[in-house]
Amino acid sequence: MSSTAPVLRAERLGRRVGDLHIVKDISFELWAGDLLAVTGPSGSGKSSLLRLLNRLDEPTEGTVHVGGRDYRAMAPRELRRRVGMVSQRPFLFPGSVAHNVAFGPDQRGEQVAEGLVAGLLGRVGLAGYEDRDVGHLSGGEAQRVSLARTLANSPEVLLLDEPTSALDERAVLDVERLICSVLDEPGLSGIVVTHDRDQAARMANRVMIVERGEMVRIGPTEEVLRA
Amino acid sequence: MLDQFFEEGVALGLAQAGAVSVLVLATVLVARRQGIHLERESSVAMVRGLVQIVVVGSVLVLLLRGPQWTSVLVLAGMMIAGATIAARRARGIPGAFSISLYGIAFGSGVVIAGMTFLGVIEAGISFLVPVGSMVIASAMRTSSLALDRFHSEVTGHTGEVETKLSLGVAPAAVVSPYVETAVTASLIPHIDSLSSLGIVWIPGLMAGMVLAGTDPVYAAVYQFAVIAMILGASGLTSLVTTLLIRQRAFSAAEQLVLRAEAG
Repeated sequence: MSSTAPVLRAERLGRRVGDLHIVKDISFELWAGDLLAVTGPSGSGKSSLLRLLNRLDEPTEGTVHVGGRDYRAMAPRELRRRVGMVSQRPFLFPGSVAHNVAFGPDQRGEQVAEGLVAGLLGRVGLAGYEDRDVGHLSGGEAQRVSLARTLANSPEVLLLDEPTSALDERAVLDVERLICSVLDEPGLSGIVVTHDRDQAARMANRVMIVERGEMVRIGPTEEVLRA
Repeated sequence: MLDQFFEEGVALGLAQAGAVSVLVLATVLVARRQGIHLERESSVAMVRGLVQIVVVGSVLVLLLRGPQWTSVLVLAGMMIAGATIAARRARGIPGAFSISLYGIAFGSGVVIAGMTFLGVIEAGISFLVPVGSMVIASAMRTSSLALDRFHSEVTGHTGEVETKLSLGVAPAAVVSPYVETAVTASLIPHIDSLSSLGIVWIPGLMAGMVLAGTDPVYAAVYQFAVIAMILGASGLTSLVTTLLIRQRAFSAAEQLVLRAEAG
């Protein structure tokens, strides 16, 4: 937390659909190196909050500042490159692992640096998987490929929506450790949505509790979870 | 046999329509015995179809005596009606009527105007309106199919679409596989019609021309030209329709707004 400005700042963020307030008046700051866990009961608005942070949904109230800039003034593609998202299900695209990892830069017509794919696969513990067909991967491996695919965009913030909920117990701990090690690297912060308080305690340095779309508590992990 | 009891003209036509209705009624009764209830839908469609076509026939009688420009009005009216029907099939798609109207008007309009200019379609009302209506009707079916297919492809792949958006991919690139699928699927009936022409079916226009004494070879080639026109108009309609719905599928902030209807 050496930086003087937050990497991401949500300002009275809210989303209303009809009469229902899915997310209501949430403000918080994410600092460089933070891993913030958002936890709460099922249907409390955790994933909806995450979708607002990279503007997959439009806030009806408030806004988000990324690197000090209001994200409504940023091109959506630029925002989503900088604030990357890993979803609950990996949704890999048909083809090889390498094709999936390079997908973002490829689609934007950017030159994929030599060794980038191999480097990212090494980072997520899948060295040598470049030519494998994604149809033959386990759930844990698929989620790792999904993580590498998002990292290929060099994001500043990583949003993770229940990244281990579809995995078996052993794979859960592996992927948790992997996410923590990736987020240990400088220049990357993360927000992980989880319904599992133990997982929040294992992974995050800060925790936010959300209930009925509202933030009820935020602070250092031990302090919030002990309260 | 019927012509022995009825004189040529409206009476004979009504007798023929009555005979066919008995056949449909028999089919409905057989279906009913199997527990399939088509009574209401079939009878409404039969009555509606008969009334509509008789009204159109009567209007055509008046039109044939009217000035040339009225054919443009009739074709424009057909395009609007076609867009209304296509949009009814596309519930849940924002702006479905205007998408269909632009698609049908562009696809059939370009082909009808171009072919009339070249003399492939005779400019007289008695020719332009029936041939134009065939082109517009096909464009309408194509628009319906393209809208429906694109909608079901996108709403069936919401996860993939949003994953690609999350990776910073442009919306047009995100849905390009679904645009391709929708265009191809919407044109399959027309391509099949063209490739089965003369083998599986002899279209009404050719049959009518032969019955009217036209050289059968000319009638056959002309029929090919009409079916090819229909394919051309349908292709343009499908492209315009899918390109327009592609734009409407996303908000200005590149969020997916095309969703499966709840419930």
